[in-house]
Amino acid sequence: MSTELIRLTAAELAVKIHSREVSAVEVTRAHLDRIAAVDGQVNAFLHVAREAALANAALVDESIAAGTAPASPLAGVPLALKDVFTTMDMPTTCGSRILEGWRPPYDATVTTRLRAAGITILGKTNMDEFAMGSSTEYSAYGPTRNPWDTSRIPGGSGGGSAAALAAFEAPLAIGTDTGGSIRQPAAMTGTVGVKPTYGGVSRYGLVACASSLDQCGPCARTVLDAALLHEVIAGPDPLDSTSIDAPVPAVLEAVRRGADGDLRGLRVGVVRELGGEGYQAGVQSNFEAALRQLEKLGAEVVEVSAPHFQYGLPAYYLILPSEVSSNLARFDAMRYGLRVENGTSAEEVMAATREAGFGPEAKRRIMLGTYALSSGYYDAYYGQAQKVRTLISRDFATAFAQADVLVSPTAPTTAFPIGEKVDDPLAMYLNDLATIPTNLAGTAAMSVPSGLAAEDGLPTGLQIMAPALGEAVMYRVAAAYEAARDAEGGGALIHRVPPMEVSA
Amino acid sequence: MSAPTLVDYDEVVERFDPVLGLEVHVELSTNTKMFCGCPTDFGAEPNTQVCPTCLGLPGSLPVINHAAVGSAIRIGLALNCTIAPWGRFARKNYFYPDMPKNFQTSQYDEPIAVNGYLDLELDDGSVVRVGIERAHMEEDTGKSLHVGGATGRIHGAEYSLLDYNRAGVPLIEIVTKPITGTGARAPEVARAYVTALRDLLRALDVSDVRMDQGSLRCDANVSLMPRGSSEFGTRTETKNVNSLRSVERAVRYEMTRQAAVLLAGGTVVQETRHFDEATGTTSPGRRKETAEDYRYFPEPDLAPIAPSDEWVEQLHSTLPEMPWEHRKRVKAEWGLSDEELRDLVNAGALELIEATVAAGAPSSEARSWWVSYLAQQANTRGIALDALPIRPADVARVIELVAAGELTNKLARQVVDGVLAGEGGPDEVVEQRGLKVVSDDGALIAAVDEALAAQPDVVEKIRGGKVQAAGAIVGAVMKATKGQADAKRVRELVLQRAARE
Amino acid sequence: MSLDTPPPSGAITRDEVAHLARLARLAVTDDELDVFAGQLDVILGAVARVGEVAADDIPPTSHAVPLSNVFRPDERRPGLTQEQALSGAPAVEDGRFRVPQILGEEQ
Repeated sequence: MSTELIRLTAAELAVKIHSREVSAVEVTRAHLDRIAAVDGQVNAFLHVAREAALANAALVDESIAAGTAPASPLAGVPLALKDVFTTMDMPTTCGSRILEGWRPPYDATVTTRLRAAGITILGKTNMDEFAMGSSTEYSAYGPTRNPWDTSRIPGGSGGGSAAALAAFEAPLAIGTDTGGSIRQPAAMTGTVGVKPTYGGVSRYGLVACASSLDQCGPCARTVLDAALLHEVIAGPDPLDSTSIDAPVPAVLEAVRRGADGDLRGLRVGVVRELGGEGYQAGVQSNFEAALRQLEKLGAEVVEVSAPHFQYGLPAYYLILPSEVSSNLARFDAMRYGLRVENGTSAEEVMAATREAGFGPEAKRRIMLGTYALSSGYYDAYYGQAQKVRTLISRDFATAFAQADVLVSPTAPTTAFPIGEKVDDPLAMYLNDLATIPTNLAGTAAMSVPSGLAAEDGLPTGLQIMAPALGEAVMYRVAAAYEAARDAEGGGALIHRVPPMEVSA
Repeated sequence: MSAPTLVDYDEVVERFDPVLGLEVHVELSTNTKMFCGCPTDFGAEPNTQVCPTCLGLPGSLPVINHAAVGSAIRIGLALNCTIAPWGRFARKNYFYPDMPKNFQTSQYDEPIAVNGYLDLELDDGSVVRVGIERAHMEEDTGKSLHVGGATGRIHGAEYSLLDYNRAGVPLIEIVTKPITGTGARAPEVARAYVTALRDLLRALDVSDVRMDQGSLRCDANVSLMPRGSSEFGTRTETKNVNSLRSVERAVRYEMTRQAAVLLAGGTVVQETRHFDEATGTTSPGRRKETAEDYRYFPEPDLAPIAPSDEWVEQLHSTLPEMPWEHRKRVKAEWGLSDEELRDLVNAGALELIEATVAAGAPSSEARSWWVSYLAQQANTRGIALDALPIRPADVARVIELVAAGELTNKLARQVVDGVLAGEGGPDEVVEQRGLKVVSDDGALIAAVDEALAAQPDVVEKIRGGKVQAAGAIVGAVMKATKGQADAKRVRELVLQRAARE
Repeated sequence: MSLDTPPPSGAITRDEVAHLARLARLAVTDDELDVFAGQLDVILGAVARVGEVAADDIPPTSHAVPLSNVFRPDERRPGLTQEQALSGAPAVEDGRFRVPQILGEEQ
């Protein structure tokens, strides 16, 4: 029974809970049991809120029993929350030693919306420290392992959220995407991950990595589940000045429409610069197969060029560290978090604490950003990177004039072995080659599973990119493609995850 | 470094031309902080006016206070500045424990108001125009309390205690262009500038402008160049200048100090200095290990500000009469000479008199009360006129009672004494002290008849046409009524009753 | 950025890394200085490619989505209690955050 429950989608679970076929408590307990059984191997969770989760589920059950309409279509469904959102009833560590055990005195807007929707937060998921990394190896609390192959990384920074989905520890998760941290782990774990338009989901209470690039989004095992969650968390927030004051794109409706499997009249643009050299063979061939699927669905596939995308990575690795160096300055041992009493002055204690509290990647990026913003280098580095950002936005505008959505492989490779790139920052950065341009432009994109690479049997992802606030068309294409791929592949890819050894 | 001997001020200004640059920080009196909904009230319990945003908690975000932008634009307009059509906040990055995010959100390089001026009137009536470089918005820091050590100052303290109630209070920084050509009057110009700015901000009703509470703070940049040169010398920036008088003293001290250094063949070190109220001197701050590099970049968490022409125009229409225009008008209306007006201003009486007039009193009476009797009282108590525990409305009421014949001038002073003694408002004091003029003619007639009967010889004289003899009877009546009768009415009654057979 | 690791660019020295660490308040060790100097040099060599783009007349983008005039009304909102504010503090005294002696000057 509980084994079956954990394999259901969020939409299916919601129907069963709301019709009282199963209780939300049973569903929650099944997932908590699963976490207890497999998370020792996966390490997706940094904190499991067993009591709070069961209490929320019981409230949902009571409310449904009393005949009250569910608070949302996902009321009672469990969810794994990336440990970068503030939660009053759980620690928030951002995968960093410097925030170990920190209990925020306030909830993030996303947290508040999840609670208001009756969604059960199972716990907080592992991540690269302050969302900086592409493998979840830069967590201070140990790497998360990919359920497809536990010797490999699950992608990052949101490896915990993605692995929790693939390990059937949760049917829904929340991630954040600064340069690909939702989409790249989705690709590497055979799950769905959406980076909404910048400003589409409130960042209030999301501990900032790079403020001008960060965006929260839904993670799930199906496109429909992602859309359901998207509608819960998206929308304007007066506490976030950068949140867009416009109605949430009708993504659920778009998914239903996409499921019809008819993409006639739609133009899909293949970005010439995102593919070919540097892309693993199986990644490339799955991408080409996806293009054929899209054509079969009636879409017209056209080639577009985005000549400045090649400068996206360098621009990103100037803008991001610059903002990081400023955003992480507040972790100084004065008001909260770690304090290393090494030295007699505030200055010495600050430096000793930051040295002990931050991991190597955080330190690298802080110093890189400090350098890029220095008065002598600002124009050549940060200023120039901002101009490149403009050029990339223009490339997108040109491309979207020729196509409704753009597509590419989500990541150049499948999941790599743990430890392979951890000491080679540049090699690690290349993971985000295809995902970064979207963050720089503030547009929307998502990753959907596109099969297993022939050479290693590991999942690959199809990235679908849309203009700002163009989520509806993106979800429509994703839903149509997902249905066609699953039909051709003989079922959802996620069910091909090898069974995990279950500890008693 | 041994302190060079100070130079005589006359020699300083004979040899050098001072150049001033004044940076004034004004805390706005908005309901809430610059970027969050916390109160800005002064003096609350520590860390009770804070939220995730002004405490810089991870995940928190700023949102711009609309009213603060409005105030900034009004200040800019009042200073004859151009209002920037578009501008962003930036982050000024440096570590300091009183700054919760370790960066200050500031409009430093894209100020909302640029290129204006303020005209000042000096004590002798001459006018100096000070150029305004810019006025920009930023946020205040928290407050640190230094514990241990001898002085309670930062040096020698064992540890510090931080209160972030003030963190995030909206600040406007107003920066002058270099002020040159003021010679020996530079210290006076500095004081006059801060005074004029304070009056302007008060008229705009955008700040409490209390230097003692830190809602108006001034940093004075001073440099000297040899007389006749046009190349600015090295400047120092003096902080901790907490009163108008200190502004003048600090500038004067820095001029003499720098002159001494230069005349001894030394060079002025570009540094931050601290003014000591007690000694009237400045001392250098701790030297920085590394050159400052604030690594400014545009604040990604805030959208740019692009005030529409309509908004700016609407704010322009809310500008009050400027203090100098106001003075001109008051001078004309009250028929004052330049000197009389200046005396009122210098005595701090102008606003009090105006408030009294606004409460219904004629200007001549209002002036008379504030500059004579009340000024004496303030003087006796050794406090400022506006610190007297009497409201302009109370003074107006006293004037009204006198005009209505219910109080004599003598009684009126007793009423004012009662108010100052904290016995309540004028009417309460009149009631409690029983000071009302005896206006009941019945009682007065009885007293007059009694006095007439007691002095039949005087009555004869009055009847004989010697009206001035009535004075003796009036005096007797006033004595009998303990001065509470209206002397004019008594006289009328005396003449009336004496004429009766 | 090519897939090959570029040769050391000489863009950054060990001393410069030490200076950056001081600015960033990181008490890095000598060993770290060596490692970071090498890594930052490689990364800077790679990101310097942004300079290849002719962009003199291109306006910089600081905000991905062009919004302006996002304000809140000047209205009070409930904040934190003193207890909540101090709840995460490493040290507290008299309702305030207690911190070690501060050496630098206020700005």
